Amino acid sequence: MIRLERRASPAPWAAGAVPVVAILAGLAAGAGLFALAGVSPLAAYAGLLSDPFGSVFGWSETTVKAIPLILTGLAVLLPARMRLWNIGAEGQLQCGAIAATWVALWTPLGRTAGAVPALLVAGMAAGAVWCLVPAALRAWLAVNETITTLLMNYIAVLLVSFLIYGSWKDPQSLGFPLSPPFPAASRLWVLLPGTRVHAGLLLALAASAAVWLILARTRWGFEIRVIGDNPQAARYAGISLARNIVLTMGLAGALAGLAGAGEASAIAGRLQQGLSPGYGYTGIIVAWLARLNPLGAVLVAFLLGALFLGGDGLQISLGLPIAVVNMLQGLVFFCVLGGEALAGYRLVLGRGRVAAPGPALQEPP
Amino acid sequence: MFALAVLAAAVRAGTPVLLATLGELFAERSGILNLGVEGMMLVGALAGFVATVQTGNPWLGALAAGAAGGGLSLIHAVLCITLRANQVASGLALTIFGTGLSAALGRKFVGVPASGFPPEPVPGLARIPVLGAVLFQHDPLVYLSYLLVPAAWFALYRTRWGLEVRAVGEHPEAADAAGTSVAGVRYVCVAIGGVLAGLGGAFLSTAYTGMWIENMTAGRGWIAVALVIFATWDPLRAAAGAYLFGGVNALQLNLQAAGARLPVYLLLMTPYVFTILVLVFATRETARKRLGAPAALSVPYTRSG
Repeated sequence: MIRLERRASPAPWAAGAVPVVAILAGLAAGAGLFALAGVSPLAAYAGLLSDPFGSVFGWSETTVKAIPLILTGLAVLLPARMRLWNIGAEGQLQCGAIAATWVALWTPLGRTAGAVPALLVAGMAAGAVWCLVPAALRAWLAVNETITTLLMNYIAVLLVSFLIYGSWKDPQSLGFPLSPPFPAASRLWVLLPGTRVHAGLLLALAASAAVWLILARTRWGFEIRVIGDNPQAARYAGISLARNIVLTMGLAGALAGLAGAGEASAIAGRLQQGLSPGYGYTGIIVAWLARLNPLGAVLVAFLLGALFLGGDGLQISLGLPIAVVNMLQGLVFFCVLGGEALAGYRLVLGRGRVAAPGPALQEPP
Repeated sequence: MFALAVLAAAVRAGTPVLLATLGELFAERSGILNLGVEGMMLVGALAGFVATVQTGNPWLGALAAGAAGGGLSLIHAVLCITLRANQVASGLALTIFGTGLSAALGRKFVGVPASGFPPEPVPGLARIPVLGAVLFQHDPLVYLSYLLVPAAWFALYRTRWGLEVRAVGEHPEAADAAGTSVAGVRYVCVAIGGVLAGLGGAFLSTAYTGMWIENMTAGRGWIAVALVIFATWDPLRAAAGAYLFGGVNALQLNLQAAGARLPVYLLLMTPYVFTILVLVFATRETARKRLGAPAALSVPYTRSG
């Protein structure tokens, strides 16, 4: 009989092996579901893998998808370091896109050389403001931020619809809900000619380094870590919880807002629906898979970016909805959670008798 | 007449949320937070719709939806109860998975019409002035939800099993010492949550709209999670919260239909804004009256401590 037995500490191989095994196991579990959806799993996985890794263009497009994912991943992991769940990165991203569109189309700045910096800053500000609503409710009224950040997503998406079906609708769009296109001066610069890789990549990498620096090397980061490790101790040490909630969530919202401004300015060149196929929600998985490490988030963002690109391909070749990507991400997330837990156990072959825990059962050092 | 129509619509709009809220209430009472309600509702909505279309029997649809929701909830149960994983993370994974799964499997059913539950006025009761029109001219799932509210209250407060559920949620060590299976009670409660969320989804697709649309729950699962807090984990207050939500939803839909000079997309925001406000109010109330969450909520239980 096979039994599970608790380890004294998680297995040493776990840190590296769990994410890799989990991603493989999650994708394997997806095969059955593809079959259920009436799609050959083989064709599905061929499509998922060939697009992102099959060509230089594929690699560049994976990078394009990784840019917003790095930022939304950071927007989730920074508050998570102090045990706050920001699952509103999707809405913060949408607000960033709205503000960037406003600067590009409805201010004189949109056609000047200062347009790009201005719209990026506006996007960050809007994302921050959107996140500060739940942050303030949490800081001063103790309202559960998990639910409020999420509900704000629905409001933000409706706000985008309100604008592009209403006063921001392009009169020349033949009835499609789109804003007019951004003027050339408001388009974020392309880094590599011939691809869509844009300057947002440098900003996302800089943001990741900055978040790492803040957490590892500043007094603010120290306070965040103390709160995360032991909120009681933080209070006794005189660390202001409310101040840290507001600052951390504000920065998180700004990062997600930057992602939205980048998507509107570099990729779509206008405000439209479907600007994000769920980058904000995927940020949760980026943060968790990276074990809340801002540098690790970059790596994970590239992996999940490839998945989104593969999903785009499946949409075209097999007519599958982009939501398939969510399905696979959910499976991977399950496997990661299960894998992390199992790494705390070992399989034991033997009789079903309950062994007394004690030093005798521990492996020699 | 307008008021009666809005009230009847409020009951219908509140029903799916009521079912999901009651289910989540049981899970949380046993100490397990399940943020996967939205995903379970969506998969339930699809399963119920597909089974109804293929068998022509909405009752089989409801059965399939409950089974789908319950089955999905077991993933959460295994991860959180047996493997002691983080409950917030596992619930989010469940919502992300359920959203994707229902969209992927449901693509062939978009635009397919279904003959779901027809309204069946309750003989006698339907003719009561005002109340009859508001409460008793609906479909059977609405009546089922009426019965579930007092049943949930009775089960929680007047049965031995309910006592065990509350004990496991408040003080699992004590419940364990008293001979209650903490994991067993929690599995059952999480499964009840899944079944009821699935039923709530099926109500949306087979009775409320009669069609399947990707993401058709539109946040109702999250609203249910918020309403559990508003309800202070009490089934009777859960019903009040769900119908309040239904009222706001019905009012904005009726204003849209009446051609009010308010932009549609701003009207559509009102249920979410309302839920946030309700959450603020409820948080202040619970703090003032010291009606906290179950003490062991979202804390994994390990016997050795």
